[in-house]
Amino acid sequence: MDDLYRQLIIERYKTPHYRGHLDPHDIFFEDDNPVCGDHIEVTLRVDDQNLVTEANFDGEGCSISQASADLLMETVHGMNLDEVKELTKDDVVELLGIDLGPVRLKCALLSLKVLKAGAYGLGVDEVSDDLVE
Amino acid sequence: MTKMPFDQNSVRADFPILEREIANKKLIYLDSTATAQKPNVVIDAMDEFYRHSNANIHRGVHTLAEEATAMYEKARGQVASLINAASAREVIFTRNTTESINLIAKTWGRENLASGDVIILTEMEHHSNLVPWQMLAEEQDLVLEFVPVTDDYLFDMDAYRKLLVLKPKLVAFTQMSNVLGTITPAKEIIKLAHEAGALTLVDGAQSVPHLPVDVQDLDADFLVFSAHKMVGPSGIGALYGKMDLLNAMPPFMGGGDMIKTVHLRSFVTNQVPYKFEAGTPAIAEAVGFGVAAEYLQNLGMDAVEAHEHSLAEYALERLAEIPSLTVFGPSAEHKGGVASFVMEGLHPHDIAQILDGEGIAVRAGHHCAQPLHEVCGVKATTRASFYIYNTKEEIDALVEGIYKVKEIFG
Ligand SMILES: Cc1ncc(COP(=O)(O)O)c(C=O)c1O
Repeated sequence: MDDLYRQLIIERYKTPHYRGHLDPHDIFFEDDNPVCGDHIEVTLRVDDQNLVTEANFDGEGCSISQASADLLMETVHGMNLDEVKELTKDDVVELLGIDLGPVRLKCALLSLKVLKAGAYGLGVDEVSDDLVE
Repeated sequence: MTKMPFDQNSVRADFPILEREIANKKLIYLDSTATAQKPNVVIDAMDEFYRHSNANIHRGVHTLAEEATAMYEKARGQVASLINAASAREVIFTRNTTESINLIAKTWGRENLASGDVIILTEMEHHSNLVPWQMLAEEQDLVLEFVPVTDDYLFDMDAYRKLLVLKPKLVAFTQMSNVLGTITPAKEIIKLAHEAGALTLVDGAQSVPHLPVDVQDLDADFLVFSAHKMVGPSGIGALYGKMDLLNAMPPFMGGGDMIKTVHLRSFVTNQVPYKFEAGTPAIAEAVGFGVAAEYLQNLGMDAVEAHEHSLAEYALERLAEIPSLTVFGPSAEHKGGVASFVMEGLHPHDIAQILDGEGIAVRAGHHCAQPLHEVCGVKATTRASFYIYNTKEEIDALVEGIYKVKEIFG
């Protein structure tokens, strides 16, 4: 348990570095976790070389979902969109540095799902968990 | 039935899982509203069935088939006895509450409802008593009306009386909310429904495990419940219906057991209850269900209710001490053993996760009652629920655990 609430997670939950809605933005996507009603939106600014220059998230949810979103936004700064598309579940688990069961993993992966759906330019109906397998 | 309280220690000793440790602490299981733990008698009965009597039921004449059939039908009788059905044949085995409701919607509903007909539900319903009616309403162009919850989280009787003027065909309501714990005045609701010419469906998923429920006294037309919430196995539930209604209903699924005779192009349906039990049922589960019903009946449902009531009262009192914690639901006198709460600035997942680290199992989310959470103005709650094996000491541990959550996120 105390593992699950590593200082980093609590800190990023309480004082996120990348929270807020970017306006204007080049990429926007949002989605919910139907189990708990958590909501995450991601806005990105991308330059003409497809590099992410700014990345923010917004929304509400548990510490795991919010902290993972914040850490993920930090990670994608400076990344090429093609690299963003390659991010996986393991990357998020590594960022958090903890082992998660299937339920909490869904919380942790919501931001990745939203981010990748945005990077791929998917429609709302095209999002599935396949993105974060 | 006895009004004598049962011996707490001997009840706890019946449930082997309570020996389990989580995070090196003794398990405190406060999630019985989702599913109850199982006593040895249920586990052993199912084990014994597979080891000793396993066979498919009906039609076989060999010893095992006879035995298995007798055990399956005995279980029907045990379940019927718990709810005081006039005949065991009025109890149909299904997979769970959800399937029972879908069965009613897809058989009785399709046959008896037509465009413009009104069904009355409540804002407190579990998704399983909402979605089947939404689907049927879409299909048959029905009108759904909802009895609101009052400001003190009770069934709004005045609003209900007004809705009855619409001459509904069906009133389908929960006898106990799985979120608020609200116990609805089922007998009065049914009486008024009948006066208005409506049939009634009682969602007993939470009431049958926790309260004395007597279908004849209630005069309920349909009552539905799940074995897994009443110390029985998962995979089996029941639909009680009055015999004349069940007789008049078309079958649900087609296949073996639900037929009397089959020709290449036609069939004749079997009698109730087999008409609704197509295919090989969950036989071992039925056996476990019967034993579970008998186990509860032996404890005495009055005693079960009294025990939970005292826990609910104590929990409300203790939770009220915690600053910035709000419990949703009525006062203890109208409430079963459920406490759903929110804490300012804390997400239910985080609360549940930290409690898990203390060995305490609670549930976090919308508990399959999203519309009710909308009414309460929250997305999700943390829910602690109590059953026969829970104690006041466990509620104390819950309160301590919640203080720990506040400390970590403080
Ligand atoms: C009030 C109520 N109705 C229906 C159900 C659905 O039961 P099942 O999932 O066993 O079909 C539940 C289960 O949580 C419930 O609490």
